[in-house]
Amino acid sequence: MTPDPSPARARRWHILVFLAPAVLIYSALMIIPLIDTLRLSFFTPQDGGQTFAGFQNFITLFTDPRWSVSFWNALKNNLIFFLIHMAIQNPVGIALAAILSVPKLAGRAFYRTAFFLPTMLSFVIVGFVWKLILSPIWGVAPTLMGFVGLKSLFGPWLGQESTALLTVSLISVWQFVGIPMMLIYAALIAIPDEVVEAAEMDGLTGFRQFWKIKLPLILPTLGIVSILTFVGNFNAFDLIYTMQGALAGPNFSTDLLGTYLYRTFFGFQLQLGNPTMGATIATMMFLIILCGVMAYLFFIQRRMRRYQF
Amino acid sequence: MVKTSFRTAALASVGLAILAGGAARAADTTLIIESWRSDDLPIWQDKIIPAFEKSHPGIKLKFQPTPPTEYNAALNSKLDAGTAGDIIACRPFDASLTLFQKGNLAAVNDIPGVDKFSAVAKSGWSTDDGKSTFCVPVASVIHGFIYNKDAFTKLGIKPPKTEEEFFAALEKIKRDGTYIPMAMGTKEQWEAATMGYQNIGPNYWKGEDGRLALIRGKQKLTDAEWVDPYKTLAKWAPYLGDGFKAQTYADSQNLFTLGRAAIYPAGSWEVSGFNAQANFKMGVFFPPVKKAGDECYISDHVDIALGMNAKSKNADAAKKFLAWVASPEFASIYSNELPGFFSLQSTAVDLKDPLANEFLFGRQQCKSTIRSTYQILSRGTPNLENETWGASVNVINGTETPDAAAKRLQTGLASWYKPAQ
Repeated sequence: MTPDPSPARARRWHILVFLAPAVLIYSALMIIPLIDTLRLSFFTPQDGGQTFAGFQNFITLFTDPRWSVSFWNALKNNLIFFLIHMAIQNPVGIALAAILSVPKLAGRAFYRTAFFLPTMLSFVIVGFVWKLILSPIWGVAPTLMGFVGLKSLFGPWLGQESTALLTVSLISVWQFVGIPMMLIYAALIAIPDEVVEAAEMDGLTGFRQFWKIKLPLILPTLGIVSILTFVGNFNAFDLIYTMQGALAGPNFSTDLLGTYLYRTFFGFQLQLGNPTMGATIATMMFLIILCGVMAYLFFIQRRMRRYQF
Repeated sequence: MVKTSFRTAALASVGLAILAGGAARAADTTLIIESWRSDDLPIWQDKIIPAFEKSHPGIKLKFQPTPPTEYNAALNSKLDAGTAGDIIACRPFDASLTLFQKGNLAAVNDIPGVDKFSAVAKSGWSTDDGKSTFCVPVASVIHGFIYNKDAFTKLGIKPPKTEEEFFAALEKIKRDGTYIPMAMGTKEQWEAATMGYQNIGPNYWKGEDGRLALIRGKQKLTDAEWVDPYKTLAKWAPYLGDGFKAQTYADSQNLFTLGRAAIYPAGSWEVSGFNAQANFKMGVFFPPVKKAGDECYISDHVDIALGMNAKSKNADAAKKFLAWVASPEFASIYSNELPGFFSLQSTAVDLKDPLANEFLFGRQQCKSTIRSTYQILSRGTPNLENETWGASVNVINGTETPDAAAKRLQTGLASWYKPAQ
């Protein structure tokens, strides 16, 4: 019953060797650029070079109306974008997963694939297809709504300030609802039969069983789904860029931090790029995501109880 | 003995061949041309290069384009590494100005023919004070309205000359109901600014007079000259067809070429595409003026030029080539092969394409100017060009009044541009 003799330790170099490629590539492509972005946000361009500027870029971003109006607008839109996902994508994901996990459901594999499929499509295709569907000129949406007598309700949703953000958010929800669905589905079918049977013995079936037994059991998964949604939403860029362009129109109503960062960092049309202010915005995005994840870990993950069977 | 002489003969011929090759290489200079217009490759190879090489023995040309989106980055790194070609296609304004200031582009003031270009034509490739020009202007695009001639004949409408006639025509088309009066959307934003504001605006701010006054700070964007085009633009909304707020650029093109819309606010770059797609007669009219007989102005926006790599080893040949680019011969070939891209020379060019010719006719009727936001005024943050896109869309969509939009633009410009303060 003695532990393994220590010479085994000496031969553990292989761990380093196997880790090295991932560590090197990840460092080169992710960690170093991230640190360099953080560094760049403290500099300002001058005479072809860069000079240290302390927190000046951040002060500009928060107080100079030329920057702050766009920043707060993008942050607000981003928050709305996230809330719509939380309010619609995750409940719908749970509902779909719950329905899929009903043992008697026919064609389950088909539905599962169908709901998950959009997740695997490229943003460009999703953006293009939905732009076509919703096009007031060629789109099928007005025709289909006409069949049920709702044509008068159709509008150029992607072109109106009041509806563009909601429309784009819902398209994003449509695309990504498969991910929470799959994660929750996996959690639901992992619930041991004994627990379900015990609940049935106690007279809990159907909807009540789901609320009282299954939902509490999948709460940790819901937490994971929420934090994934949060990180994904505050990094969002592609869908807005393909559907609404880099100016996130109309009138910046769909501007997210990602598109704002893009315009600032790389420039757009006649606007020349400003790498240091771009880095400042990127740093803010990093901090927002970091705070969100930390808050989640601290307040929710720590208190979460995991059931062991 | 026979063998030896054979070998000698073989060696001698090889030697001769090398000598001949060497001699040919010494006589021929090859100029490499960098460009973002990969679409133009066949035209260069089939028309432009043979014409030049015929009249300039000893100079060979090689057209070496890079895709448009990569051009700026590729060109900059090639110039830094010293591997860029001898002749460089120049984008207008700040992108090329930066290259000149960094010493990558040579001044072309002394190239014969350059002095014959107008100040407007040279503005895209000159220093702010206009003293140094660093690329030979090649082509511009002209704004105006393309209209469906068949539709106009059917409805008994003549191409409008004044604003009153313009809106009367739109009203008539709308009431008839066969056609959407005007094909333009606000979804992609740039159309509203480029085909809308910059198209009709020059008549209000009197072309170059207003543009330069704005740059010098003598006029403000809140002056009537700059606000009124927004007011007119706002009146377009009822004539743009259902759902124009979500209509894209491609939608507008298709609506017009399919014959569903009667008028298309345009840039002349549409000419070859429309010629290929539309099967009805098309015509061009220019932005209507306030009163009949008023002087008219058109946006004749500079788009492409050719300059010389300052570190080129073949500077003499490059100068000869640029002098040829500045000649009417080049202008005639280029404009005819690329209808819609007009030579910037003062010598008139005969165009075979009727629609392109109608655009070109604008230069004789009206005074030329370029888009007001392109020179100097879009260097800072907020960027005036991008802001103009937003403002044009907002006034058409009715979400911002012209006065409010103008005030916002002026405040934005004044926040970084000293003369505007």
